Amino acid sequence: MPLKDVIAPFYVWKRAFEKPYTTAQPIEERPGAARYRGFHTNDLDLCIGCGTCETICQNAAIDMVPVPGIEAKAGDSGLRPMVDNGRCCWCALCVDICTTGSLRLTNEYIWVSTDPDAFRFIPGTNDNTWADKELGYRRDPGYRLLDYERQDMEMLAPDQGVQSFLEVVKGYSAEQARIEAERCVDCGLCVATCPAHMDIPDYIKAVRDGDFEAGLRLLYRTNPMPATCGRICTHRCEDVCSVGHMGDPVAIRWLKRYICDQVPESEYAGILQDQFPDNGRKVAIIGAGPGGLSAAYYLIKLGYAVTLYESHEKAGGMLRYGVPSYRLPYEQLDRDIDYILSLGATIHYNTRVGRDIELSELMEGFDAVFFSTGLTEPYGLGVEGEKHPRVLSGLQVLEDVTHDRDPGVGKRVAVIGGGNVAMDAARVSRRLGAEVTLLYRRRIEDMPADPEEIHEAQDEQVHFVTQAIPVRVEDGPSQQQVNILWGEAEMVADKAGGRPRPVLMEDRIHTETYDSIISAIGQGGDYGFLSDEHASKVEVKRGKVIANEYRQTGIPKLFVGGDIANSTADAISAIADGHQAAVGIDRFLSGQL
Amino acid sequence: MFAPDRSKYPEMVDGKPDVDLDSEKYVKIWHGPQHPGITGNMSLELTLCGDEVVECKTHVGYLHRGFEKLMERRTWIQNFPVVCRIAVPEPAFNEYLYAAALEDLAGIEPPERAQWIRNLNLEMMRLASFMAWLGGQAGAFGQGTIGQWTITHRDYLLDLFEEMTGGRIYHMYMIPGGVRAGLPDGFEVRLEAVLKRCEKLLYEIELVLLNNAVFKARAVGLGVIDKEMIDRYGITGPNQRACAIERDVRKDHPYLVYDQLDFEPITGTASDCYERTVVRYHEMHQCIDLCRQIVARMPKDGPFHQPLPNVLHWRIPPGETYVKAECTRGEKGYYVVSDGSQYPRRLCIRGPSYTHAFPVMEKLAIGTDIADIAGLMVSLHTYPPEIER
Repeated sequence: MPLKDVIAPFYVWKRAFEKPYTTAQPIEERPGAARYRGFHTNDLDLCIGCGTCETICQNAAIDMVPVPGIEAKAGDSGLRPMVDNGRCCWCALCVDICTTGSLRLTNEYIWVSTDPDAFRFIPGTNDNTWADKELGYRRDPGYRLLDYERQDMEMLAPDQGVQSFLEVVKGYSAEQARIEAERCVDCGLCVATCPAHMDIPDYIKAVRDGDFEAGLRLLYRTNPMPATCGRICTHRCEDVCSVGHMGDPVAIRWLKRYICDQVPESEYAGILQDQFPDNGRKVAIIGAGPGGLSAAYYLIKLGYAVTLYESHEKAGGMLRYGVPSYRLPYEQLDRDIDYILSLGATIHYNTRVGRDIELSELMEGFDAVFFSTGLTEPYGLGVEGEKHPRVLSGLQVLEDVTHDRDPGVGKRVAVIGGGNVAMDAARVSRRLGAEVTLLYRRRIEDMPADPEEIHEAQDEQVHFVTQAIPVRVEDGPSQQQVNILWGEAEMVADKAGGRPRPVLMEDRIHTETYDSIISAIGQGGDYGFLSDEHASKVEVKRGKVIANEYRQTGIPKLFVGGDIANSTADAISAIADGHQAAVGIDRFLSGQL
Repeated sequence: MFAPDRSKYPEMVDGKPDVDLDSEKYVKIWHGPQHPGITGNMSLELTLCGDEVVECKTHVGYLHRGFEKLMERRTWIQNFPVVCRIAVPEPAFNEYLYAAALEDLAGIEPPERAQWIRNLNLEMMRLASFMAWLGGQAGAFGQGTIGQWTITHRDYLLDLFEEMTGGRIYHMYMIPGGVRAGLPDGFEVRLEAVLKRCEKLLYEIELVLLNNAVFKARAVGLGVIDKEMIDRYGITGPNQRACAIERDVRKDHPYLVYDQLDFEPITGTASDCYERTVVRYHEMHQCIDLCRQIVARMPKDGPFHQPLPNVLHWRIPPGETYVKAECTRGEKGYYVVSDGSQYPRRLCIRGPSYTHAFPVMEKLAIGTDIADIAGLMVSLHTYPPEIER
């Protein structure tokens, strides 16, 4: 044994005088590192209760629970995560997946409580000392677990688009649809917001799985016009999509369209149930637009014999006569309508109730009547000279185009309005070869039209003039022309806290000459078919028929839906109304309402 | 070399010693599962004749959490926080291998910066794991103070892990696609300070342990692994390199950025407990050197994560893969099978402890004094959770 081996260990004798390595808690503090994964905290105002944290948690440590003071609303489930610290392993995947970035971990790691239930807490609501701590784990922007970027939709180039009425949106490829469907986090906030409460996460899953038959069945559960809605829906679902908080919302509408595009119409009958019991009762439906067709479909499924009365020569209502074919090709609309009518509905075309047949006849001859006659009467401009022959109505222009008639807009057109009809009229005029100026009294961000329509109109070189109020219409230099006087407006804040309103500046009036002026500032309902007796019982407030949750009017057997009854006035609301009215009629006739 | 007197041994019948407990010549004792000399919850059933072990049987099951089965029921991303638990003192190798297997199957290439950060993380992990082992090795021979120093220095390394990853023990840092964040500001400076402290400690360890007559007396000649046992038993890592066989996954099948680093596998010849300690001691120096090389050469900016698809629905194309890495104790491999669904079809984890703590330990224990069993066990450097996946 070498002597060195006996002596060497004694070299470290100095260590006997070293200070201890340990921290003297609680005299000395040792805060966790800036990135430390300690206890949770949550910004309850930012959180939308989407529940992705609950989904990803592999320990099942997170439950979504109601919190006093937080109500469910559009885009917010009203629930907030509750963390069971007995199960949590602080992996922070919940933080990484959080769609709003509200949930994070603090660097606090010491907590003593005598209450065993205290360890199950709702981050953000507790008065724990760490709730406001800035330090702690957050997702680094350099990495993500969600796909925030939407698949680009291939569209006709604007300069090609204005050449024809070909559909502008071309649709997703299989690969694009799959990738887009994978972006969904299955939170279901969209389901609550969709007027028809469509099974959105489920049909998106069908796209992921490539099971389009299941997808189609899911679509028809709540919406019998999916090929149409897959194109022109106002997609409020996408406005509340949780992925949209930090990225692009999932393209729910395009995925719906994708499912319909994958299933040939001839296979619908084999996939969807098409044999229904007959309960011997009859229902009349006035107006074969989306509301009437939807009511017809769900009534037929419930076993009712349905008769539709349509004033035009084809069904579809505003979808056919108000939406141009570059947004919704007629064959796609027909595909939805043909399937509904193939289930056995009787339809009388060119039959206007109130003119060709009286409402009272229907009320007597049928067990219940549903009407969704829509908003068909354009509002006038309300200025001097509005009756000028060169002032056209937007709806009339669109209907003329559907009928393949030349609406005669000329080469220089002014469109007045900021809604979808105004955009459509402007884009149709562009396709008819006109130079188009769009006058709107407020700002672009105030326009009620869909943002996409606004962007596409701008891309198609519709010239937007905002904060412009029409003052007077006068005869133009020739018979084929018309002058419009419009004044610049300034936006004045509303004292009551509402949205700012435009006020005309009297000294800034411009005069322009156009071949035609297209007025598209909104439209109202036509109640002419209601007799005095009926009208006295049907309450109409601010141009809309008042109905209960089952769309029942003041006359028990008369139900209503669509633009004439709801405030949102879009196709999906009409479809939802039709479905709900069908349920209401069934309850009414079976004595439950 | 230690040469036991074979005459006292029971006769071997069908490869098993014929032990007649009624003869009162033998006694059976349980070594573990709560014995400090056992590196985790595991138990050795020892049959003794006097002080000498005549039979050793490994019992596991105290730590069974069914990882491999459990992971088949969780989505790919949900397994990310699970894998680190498979070897508690060195989770990083599991994290790396799981991520690497998924990246291989899904065709994801992590950015270069992520590769360097991962490599730094693994070498720091190796050093921290060796620190824990070193304390155990000294402690098993009664030198408990050394363990206090090394565990403290391991804690300094854990402080760095806390800064870098947000967790001290379970880092959950090497997520498929890269890492979850870059290095914090000034990390390199604090790392260098800790590495310096570790170097100073290692110098003292050399004096107090490697040049210690007591340690030498007990460790030299203990648990000699024959060269011909190496491949027959599947021995890897320092246990194998101490037997003069130069094999190292980092060198033979380089992964991450090991092919760009300057190092040579460390070998010894005696293949006993002492030699294994020396090999590991030098590997600790090597870790420090590799950490410095990496910090000096790694990219400081750039992406550190290759975006994944939405992980909630992440499906990995069907296929199978085996990825391996040199963990502290030898070759560790992940065999992963995907059937194209959101869940792994099969995940098989093969850590070096599986052989080192089972057949190798059972063989080497025979003829060893009961007092040396703990030292022998630690010198094989095994982690029971790795056996019970």
